[in-house]
Amino acid sequence: MKAVELKNIVKTYALKKSSVTAVDDVSFSVEEGEIFGLIGPDGAGKTSIFRILTTLLLADKGNAKVLCNDVVKDWKTIRDIVGYMPGRFSLYQDLTVEENLDFFATIFNTTIQENYDLVADIYKQLEPFKTRRAGKLSGGMKQKLALSCALIHKPKILFLDEPTTGVDPVSRKEFWEILKRLKKQGITILVSTPYMDEAKLCDRIALMQKGKIMTIDTPEAIVNQFGKNLYAVHSESMFKLLNDLRSFTKTESCFAFGENHHLTLKEECTTELEKYLLASGHNNATIKKLEPGIEDCFMQLMKK
Amino acid sequence: MTQKEIVIKTNKLTKKFGDFIAANEITFEVYKGEIFGFLGANGAGKTTAMKMLIGISKPSYGYAQIAGYDVYKETELIKKNIGYMSQKFSLYEDLTIKENIHLFGGIYGLSEEQIKTKREALIDKLDLHSQADKLVASLPLGWKQKLAFSIAIVHKPKIIFLDEPTGGVDPITRRQFWDMIYEAAANGITVFVTTHYMDEAEYCNRVSIMVDGVIQAIDSPDGLKRKYNAQSMEEVFLMLARGAKRGE
Amino acid sequence: MKQLLTFIKKEFHHILRDTRSLLVLLALPIVQLLIFGFAITNEIRNSNIAILDNAKDETTQKIITKIENSKYFDIDRTLTTNNQIEEAFKSGKIKLAVVFQTNFQNVLAHTNKAQVQIIADATDPNQATTLANYANAIIMDYQNDLNETNKPPYTISAEIRMLYNPELKGAYSSVPGVMGMILLLISTMMTSISIVKEKELGTMEILLVSPIKPLMIILSKVVPYFVISLVNIATILLLSVFVLGMPIQGSLFLLIVVTVLYLICALSLGILISTVTESQLAAMLLSLLGLMLPVVMLSGYAFPIANMPVVLQALSNIVPAKWYIILVKSVMIKGLGLSAIWNEVLILTAMTIFFLFVSLKRFKIRLQ
Repeated sequence: MKAVELKNIVKTYALKKSSVTAVDDVSFSVEEGEIFGLIGPDGAGKTSIFRILTTLLLADKGNAKVLCNDVVKDWKTIRDIVGYMPGRFSLYQDLTVEENLDFFATIFNTTIQENYDLVADIYKQLEPFKTRRAGKLSGGMKQKLALSCALIHKPKILFLDEPTTGVDPVSRKEFWEILKRLKKQGITILVSTPYMDEAKLCDRIALMQKGKIMTIDTPEAIVNQFGKNLYAVHSESMFKLLNDLRSFTKTESCFAFGENHHLTLKEECTTELEKYLLASGHNNATIKKLEPGIEDCFMQLMKK
Repeated sequence: MTQKEIVIKTNKLTKKFGDFIAANEITFEVYKGEIFGFLGANGAGKTTAMKMLIGISKPSYGYAQIAGYDVYKETELIKKNIGYMSQKFSLYEDLTIKENIHLFGGIYGLSEEQIKTKREALIDKLDLHSQADKLVASLPLGWKQKLAFSIAIVHKPKIIFLDEPTGGVDPITRRQFWDMIYEAAANGITVFVTTHYMDEAEYCNRVSIMVDGVIQAIDSPDGLKRKYNAQSMEEVFLMLARGAKRGE
Repeated sequence: MKQLLTFIKKEFHHILRDTRSLLVLLALPIVQLLIFGFAITNEIRNSNIAILDNAKDETTQKIITKIENSKYFDIDRTLTTNNQIEEAFKSGKIKLAVVFQTNFQNVLAHTNKAQVQIIADATDPNQATTLANYANAIIMDYQNDLNETNKPPYTISAEIRMLYNPELKGAYSSVPGVMGMILLLISTMMTSISIVKEKELGTMEILLVSPIKPLMIILSKVVPYFVISLVNIATILLLSVFVLGMPIQGSLFLLIVVTVLYLICALSLGILISTVTESQLAAMLLSLLGLMLPVVMLSGYAFPIANMPVVLQALSNIVPAKWYIILVKSVMIKGLGLSAIWNEVLILTAMTIFFLFVSLKRFKIRLQ
C-alpha cells in the first residue's frame, strides 16, 4: 500500500488580474514508513500540496490518495488518521505548553497519557516549561511543541510543512533526530523544507521549483545524476575569484558555496584554469574536485 | 589593520527584561566596508541586540556608537545613517515596485529628482522593467528580497542591517542576493547580517556567535575554524550553541 | 462531549487571559447605560422655564418661589396670556411652562381642588418627562406642606401636557437600545473575531484536519460569548431597575426568552461574518459598520423610526435589533404579554433561523 499517491495534481489561484499555478501537474507517491522530502524554495508549491493532501484544499485537476483514501471523497477518514503541522507556528500562544497538548489530545479523542510513549521523547524536553505560555517559547521549542501536538493521536502519517524554517541549526539537527526516531516507530513522514542540506536526511526527495517537480529520487541517486566534475575553488580574495571564474571562457557555472566557490566546466581543463587564475592575480588558489551536494544538483536542475 | 575605520562600537551593551538578561555585556567592533555575520541560536539574544543597535530599543546599560552616533541620545541620526531590511517586513505588498521605491526614497529624504534617477537605475539593474508597475505581491520572494535590499541602500547608508534576508529563497537567487551584498560592501557600505544558513556565514569577513545572550566567539570564519579545529562553520556553530543552557 | 467541553474551556482561557478585553466587555454595558440612561435622564439642572400665573395670589406665589428655589429650574420669563406659551416654546429658550388657573387660591380654598398645567417640550422625550416629573414633585411637595394644617386635604392636580411628541415615543428607549446594541456587539463581533483569529493564526488548519466536527468548533466559539452576554443582560436589567428606576412591567421570563432568541440571532450573524472575512480587522469592521451602524441608526434606538424617510423605514425592517427593541419595550415598559407581541417574536424567530441556516451552511470545511 502506498502511503500517499498524487496523480497529475494541478492547483491554480486566481489573483486580481492574473492567476498563479501553484502546483503544475505534479505526480508522486510515498511508500509506507519512509521519510519523503519536498525540497524547494518559497513558491515551489509545497504548502499547496500539503493542503491538498490534508483535505484542506481541493485540487483543480488530478486525484490524490492518502492511505488509499481519496482526498475529496474520504476527507473525514483522512482527518482522523493524519497528523499535520502547518508551515506557520499554529498553536495557541496564550495557552500553556500543557494546555495546548491537552487540547489537541482531546480534539483527537485521546489523552496525553494514552500516547505518552510516542511523544515522551520530545515532551521530556518541553516538560520543564509546561506551565509557560506557548507564545513565550522560542523557535526550536515551539516547533517541538507543534510536533508533539501533531503526534499526540498517534497518526499513521505525518505531514510537516516546513517545520524547520527560521529555526537555528542546532534545533534543526535535533528536530531531524526526532523524525528519524519516529520513522523507526513506523510512521510515514512527508516533510517539506527550503534547506537543501536537510535533503540528505530523507529517504527520498522531490526537488521542486515553481509548482513543478524537477526530479524525484533518493538523495544519493540525485547526486549521482549530476554527471559532471565539480570543483571547489578557493583563493584569498573570494569575491574577485567569483568574478574571475565567471569570466573564464570555459566556465559552465560558478556559485559561491560557503568557503569555496563551486565550479563546473564545459570541458576538463584544470591546468588551463590554474594558469588563468595565476594570471588574474590569485597566487594561492586551490582547485579541488568534490562530491556534489543536493544544492549543487538543485541549481543545475534550475538552470535546465 | 590599525587604520580601519570603526562604524559600530559597543561596550558592555546590555538589555534586561526584568530578571532576564537578553543581551549580556556585548562588546564588539565592526569596521567600515566589512560584511559582519551576527549568528546565534533562536533565543540567544540576536534580535534584542540588533534592536538596540538600530536605535529602536533602549539598552539597560552599556555603550554603543553606530556610525559615530550614540544609541541613547542620537537615535534619529542613527536612523538616517543606516538601512534596515528584515525577512518579515520589507516592502508594501499592495504598492507597485515604482511606488515602493518612491515611498522609501521619500522616507529617507531624497529629493524628487534623486528618487527618479535612483528609481530608473534600480529598475535597470534588477531588470524589472516589465514588472515596474506591478504590485510587489506578484513578485517571487527572491525578487522581493533583492528589491527590498536595493531600496534599503538607496539613500547610501553607512551601515545596512539585514535580518535573515535570504530565508526561504531559492539557491540561485540566494547567491545573487549575496552578490549584491558583496557589491554594497565594495562600495563602502558596512553590512551587518544575521542568517541561519551556515554557508552564508562563510561569506562574511568576520562573524560573531551569540550563546545565551553573550558573544561566545568573534573572528573571521577561517580563524574560528582553526580555533575550534572544525571543518566548517556549521561545526563551529554546533559546538558553541550546543552548550547553550538557556531553555530557549 | 468531552471534546466540546475541552474546547469550550480553551475558549474561556483565551477570554479570561485577555483581561483588558474582558473588562471592556463587562464594563461596556454599564458605561453605556449610565451615559445613555442615567446621565441624560437625571442630570438636568437649571432648565429655563416660563410661568403663566393667571391667579397672582399668595398660593401661586409660594409655589412659584418653591419652583424657583429648586436647583432644577430657572424662571426665564413670566407670561401674561395663553398665546405667549407657544411663542415661548418656539423661541427655543424654555423647556417647560407652568400655568396656574385663575383664582387659584379661592378655588382651592372652596372646592379643596385646584389645577396646574405643566407643559413640556417633548422633542427630547426623556428630558421632558423628567422635567415634568420634577415640577410635579415640587407642586406635590407644596400640597403636602399645606395639608399638614388643613383637613380635609387640598388637592392640587397637575395636568401634564407634552408638546410636539405627545405619545412620548422614544422615552425609556435607552435601556432597550443599549440591550440591543451590547448583545449584538458582544455576540456578533466577538464571535466572528474569535473564529477569524483561528484562521489568522493558522490553528484553523489543524482544527479542520482533525476529527472534530465543524459544528463543535462553532458551538465552542459561541458558548462563552453566550455566557458573557447573559452576564451583561443581568447587569443591564439590575442597573435599569435599581439605578435608573425603570421597573420591569411585564414577565421577566418572557423578556429572557426573547433576549435569548435575539442572542442566538446575533451569534449566528457572528458566524456568518466569520465565514466571509479572513482577518480579525475585517471581521471587526464588518461587525461595526455592517451591524452596529444600522442598529444605532435604524433600530429606533437613536432616531424614532416614524420620523424616517419611507425607504429607511422599510430598510429598518431587516434589522433584527429593531424587532428586539420593540419586544423589550413592549414587555419591559408596557408590560405586554406574548399574545400582544407574537408578531415580532415570529419575525425575530424567522430571522434567527435564516441566519443560523446560512451561517452553518457557509461554514467551510476547507480553506477555500
